[in-house]
Amino acid sequence: MTTMTDPPGQGFRLSQLIYDTRYRSLTIQVVAMILLMLLFSWLVSNTIHNLQNLGKDFDFGFLWQPSGYDINQRLIDYNSQSTHGRAALVGILNTLLVAALGCALATVLGVIAGVLRLSNNWLVARLMAFYVEGFRNVPLLLWIVLIFALMTEGTPAPSAFRGDTPSASMLFDAVAITNRGVYIPAIHFNAAFFESGLYNWLLIIAVFAASVFAVKRIGHWAAVKQEATGDRPTTWYLTLGVLIVPTAILMVLMGAYFDLPSLQGFNFGGGVHLRGSLIALWLALSLYTGAFIAEIVRGGILAISKGQSEAAFALGLRPGTTMNLVILPQALRVIIPPLISQFLNLTKNSSLAIAVGYMDARSTLGGITINQTGRELEGMLLLGLFYLVLSLLISGVMNVYNNSVKLKER
Amino acid sequence: MSDTHAQTVAFVRDTMTEQQEPPLSQSGAYKWMRENLLSTPLNVILTLVSVWLIYSVLSHVMPWAVFGIWDASSLSECRTIRDELYGADANVACWAVISERWKQLLFGFYPPEHYWRPVLAFVLFLVAISPVLFSSLPRKLLAFSVVAPFILFWLIWGGTIWGPICVALGFVIGWAIIRYASPYIGALGSVILAIVVPLLYWFVLAGPLDDLLASILPIGLEQVQSKQMGGFMLAMIIGISGIALSLPLGIVLALGRQSDLFLINKCSVIFIEVIRGVPLIVWLFTASLLLNYFLPPGTNFDLMLRVIIMVTLFSSAYIAEVVRGGLAALPKGQYEAADALGLDYWKSMRLVILPQALKISIPGIVNTFIGLFKDTTLVVFIGLLDPIGLSNAIRASTEWNGIYWELFVFIGLCFFIFCFSMGRYSLFLEKKLRREHR
Amino acid sequence: MKKTVILGALTVAGLAAGAAGAATLDDVKARGSLNCGVSTGLTGFSAPDANGVWQGFDVAVCRAVAAAVLGDPMAVEFVPTTGQTRFTALASGEIDVLARNTTWTFSRDVDLKFEFIGVNYYDGQGFMVPKALGVSSAKELDGATVCIQTGTTTELNLADFFRVNNISYEPVPIETNAEAQQQYLAGACDVYTTDASGLAATRASFEAPGDHVILPEIISKEPLGPLVRHGDSEWGDIVRWTLNALVAAEEYGVTSANIGELSAAPGNNPEINRLLGTEGELGAMFGLEADWAKKAIMANGNYGEIFEKTIGENTPIGLSRGLNAQWTEGGLLYSPPFR
Repeated sequence: MTTMTDPPGQGFRLSQLIYDTRYRSLTIQVVAMILLMLLFSWLVSNTIHNLQNLGKDFDFGFLWQPSGYDINQRLIDYNSQSTHGRAALVGILNTLLVAALGCALATVLGVIAGVLRLSNNWLVARLMAFYVEGFRNVPLLLWIVLIFALMTEGTPAPSAFRGDTPSASMLFDAVAITNRGVYIPAIHFNAAFFESGLYNWLLIIAVFAASVFAVKRIGHWAAVKQEATGDRPTTWYLTLGVLIVPTAILMVLMGAYFDLPSLQGFNFGGGVHLRGSLIALWLALSLYTGAFIAEIVRGGILAISKGQSEAAFALGLRPGTTMNLVILPQALRVIIPPLISQFLNLTKNSSLAIAVGYMDARSTLGGITINQTGRELEGMLLLGLFYLVLSLLISGVMNVYNNSVKLKER
Repeated sequence: MSDTHAQTVAFVRDTMTEQQEPPLSQSGAYKWMRENLLSTPLNVILTLVSVWLIYSVLSHVMPWAVFGIWDASSLSECRTIRDELYGADANVACWAVISERWKQLLFGFYPPEHYWRPVLAFVLFLVAISPVLFSSLPRKLLAFSVVAPFILFWLIWGGTIWGPICVALGFVIGWAIIRYASPYIGALGSVILAIVVPLLYWFVLAGPLDDLLASILPIGLEQVQSKQMGGFMLAMIIGISGIALSLPLGIVLALGRQSDLFLINKCSVIFIEVIRGVPLIVWLFTASLLLNYFLPPGTNFDLMLRVIIMVTLFSSAYIAEVVRGGLAALPKGQYEAADALGLDYWKSMRLVILPQALKISIPGIVNTFIGLFKDTTLVVFIGLLDPIGLSNAIRASTEWNGIYWELFVFIGLCFFIFCFSMGRYSLFLEKKLRREHR
Repeated sequence: MKKTVILGALTVAGLAAGAAGAATLDDVKARGSLNCGVSTGLTGFSAPDANGVWQGFDVAVCRAVAAAVLGDPMAVEFVPTTGQTRFTALASGEIDVLARNTTWTFSRDVDLKFEFIGVNYYDGQGFMVPKALGVSSAKELDGATVCIQTGTTTELNLADFFRVNNISYEPVPIETNAEAQQQYLAGACDVYTTDASGLAATRASFEAPGDHVILPEIISKEPLGPLVRHGDSEWGDIVRWTLNALVAAEEYGVTSANIGELSAAPGNNPEINRLLGTEGELGAMFGLEADWAKKAIMANGNYGEIFEKTIGENTPIGLSRGLNAQWTEGGLLYSPPFR
């Protein structure tokens, strides 16, 4: 009665593992797995062996030992008696700072250059082409070094502000541009609510964020009203008020005042010191990445067919509205994916901070700490992990955003 | 009717007036300027800003560069000459450092009497790469492209000619096994054999064979250590070998990432993401500080090779993404057609999919190469003497201590010329591909 | 043998550098050249000239060792190392000896497992400031911006110095000397601090060296010396006594000019005779030829000659001997006896 099925004695043959497509993929995977495990265990055993030969161990204890070196730019409290771990944290924050600043400025520069390169002004278009090609075709390292050197040579030293007839003067008596960086006024509080400055600022940011949210609700309310009645209520004064007033009241309550930079001893004192290394790195990263973004933006705008803007004009939309409602939403879909990878590149390239002595994660954790403790294996591992997590985070966040602007296919 | 008609035509011109020049405002430079520079108030402002920008840059740079001093043997001599010619306040370049050291910047410490070797190698490289880049060239040149890596290696590093030949022999053995043994032992068996036999040959037989042949017939060039290579030559070697070696690995990774096999797919994804998520400089430090930990105790190869290995792994992740883009761009019909013909996975990939996908990917690969070539400057941080590293070394000599911009300008220009022309080529190719696909 | 199995193909390709065996001396002899780690460029100490030949004070030590071991001062492969890669290069066996102005410290000697074989230059960390600043002591530098080269002991010394004296400062870390120089000249930092020898070399390259002063404070001890790996004492002995031979030669008045004459026949100074191998069997004790020291001295002359040629007062760098004079002249150079 079971003439159609295989003879039961036959069962499973070994050759089926290779020739039967049902099992073959499994076989291949198992073999690959075994080979991979072998490779890994080989590498690990080599490492253990080598460490033993060198008399070293694998230990992260160095992170809790005092570092002994100073870091000039620190967003959190740190001195040479702090631990290596805290030094690494300072470096990580510095990396995040320059990466965030760089991404913002690079986007602005890239959009401007990309649009201007399409300008019908011959000179401007050529100039932008020159900028884009110049930055894209010369190594970033060279640009960082050159911009740093240009800044130090092109701006006055603090000593130029000194004396009876100084050869340089401060902008509006509030901003000093020197070759050690830019000094800008700082905001301090007389009657702060918290001991730590960080918490005060967090409070202000929270209030401001709430205002922004309220403004959005107002916009929504106006849109609903427009839908219903056809008239859009004038909301700009309301918006402006909601945006500014709560934050301003809070600042006054906390006794905010400006701390202006002024010459003290060798340097300017007071205010906020944006160091030359930060500015040079920031500018170089932004200009370099901006050149790539410009090409992306140009490509995105060119990808939108002319019929779209013509159709929009035919509907009676003004150029500004056309850009906002028709061109940009479509161009964004083309622009955003490559933009993500440019942001990632910029973040990774910030590790070139080493060239200008900006103390980022690579210079503290992956540089001086490794050098002083001789823990290259542990240090490099941590550093690699940090960059990996950061990259994954950025691409994750940007992908979420990308999905939200993506054309919803019917 | 005819009368009225005759009357309405009051005048018919029978002589033509002389053709006139267009009015001044509609022709020549004036029109061009009005349309291209000054069409709107905003444009006028933009033009003025641009002109001011260009002027302020050029007025600083041009006198410095044009009046530069080309003939001196040290910076202090440069300064003496400058004082004589232009006075002590003048700010002029000292190009003499370039005219004295340009060979070092190009070739590093390569023995000067052998400079023809890297130059010839570069020319041969261009010949070898041309059939890949320009499809109009005869396909027979591809045979040379296959042999070229061994010739280039021999030219640059020297040594006996038998070394590269013995290594190449391993590939020939592998190819021969696939070609002639597969009818007898089946496709899978021959592939496995084609991997195992050459490996055994390389590990066991190649060394003694090389020694034997070299002792019988010592043909060769003088050996040059890789420590003696530097400057742009080093950047080229790392860039080119990094891309060339990473192609096979990149293709495998791209296929792996598209594969349905869970494990292979995940491994490829993890490898690609880890490599791409960490900056090259960290990988380079890994190559210089950590690679020795991962290898058996006692093994040690020179830094340049370690860097090439690391750069190969690094760029293979990027190449994989480029190739994956090429694979994704192929219409689904190609895959289905290959399946319909009854081709198995490898055959369909080899004969149908990859040739097309790789063709689409060439611009991306060229762009990856440009990026990698620029990134080779990072090796300065691990002590290899690339152009920037050499500029540091040159500045450390007592003659040129204190020179700064001239070296960077020279290096930047060289990079620009090379990368710009590569970029133009990749644009040309993209346009051509778009035309063909229409 | 392991090497040939695993890296067979690579060895054929000639790309695999030799393995670091237990006996460095045998490796060096088999290779026919000495792998010597130097700085990627430090004025007066190591820099390639227009022909790509490395020159300098540290380089001369390498050449002397190569001459002693292999008989040829040019049989050296120079491996440029950065502050960050130098120790790994030595530990992994990529180089046989590291002669890269490296400060002898406890932790480097003990914890990093290296063996400092002596001191070829006694240095100390100093400060250079523009004269216009009107500063005469480092203690007046409160609030100053200080340029330092990273990856060295200098940043630790600096942190200690300012903390102990309870004055504030702003460190500006710089990767290379050239950049530091450029930053300092442009006034981006008030002070440049590094080893006093480096300061002198840097100042010498300025257009107006007279406008800058080196402050009297030397805030650290920086005994710079060549180092080798732990665990190969024979090799350590060879490098140590090559350096000692250079120092002793100066003390005894053996120069590259008179060495031919002195080594032709045993003279009446037994110390010189033993040094030059005309008497006794010193060379054979560590497996070298009897005239090893003669070759080492002939490579570049004795310690004093090397000093004068590379960084001495007649060079643009213009360093005086100071602590690096012979002990007989009030310096610290003191070679143990050749006996």
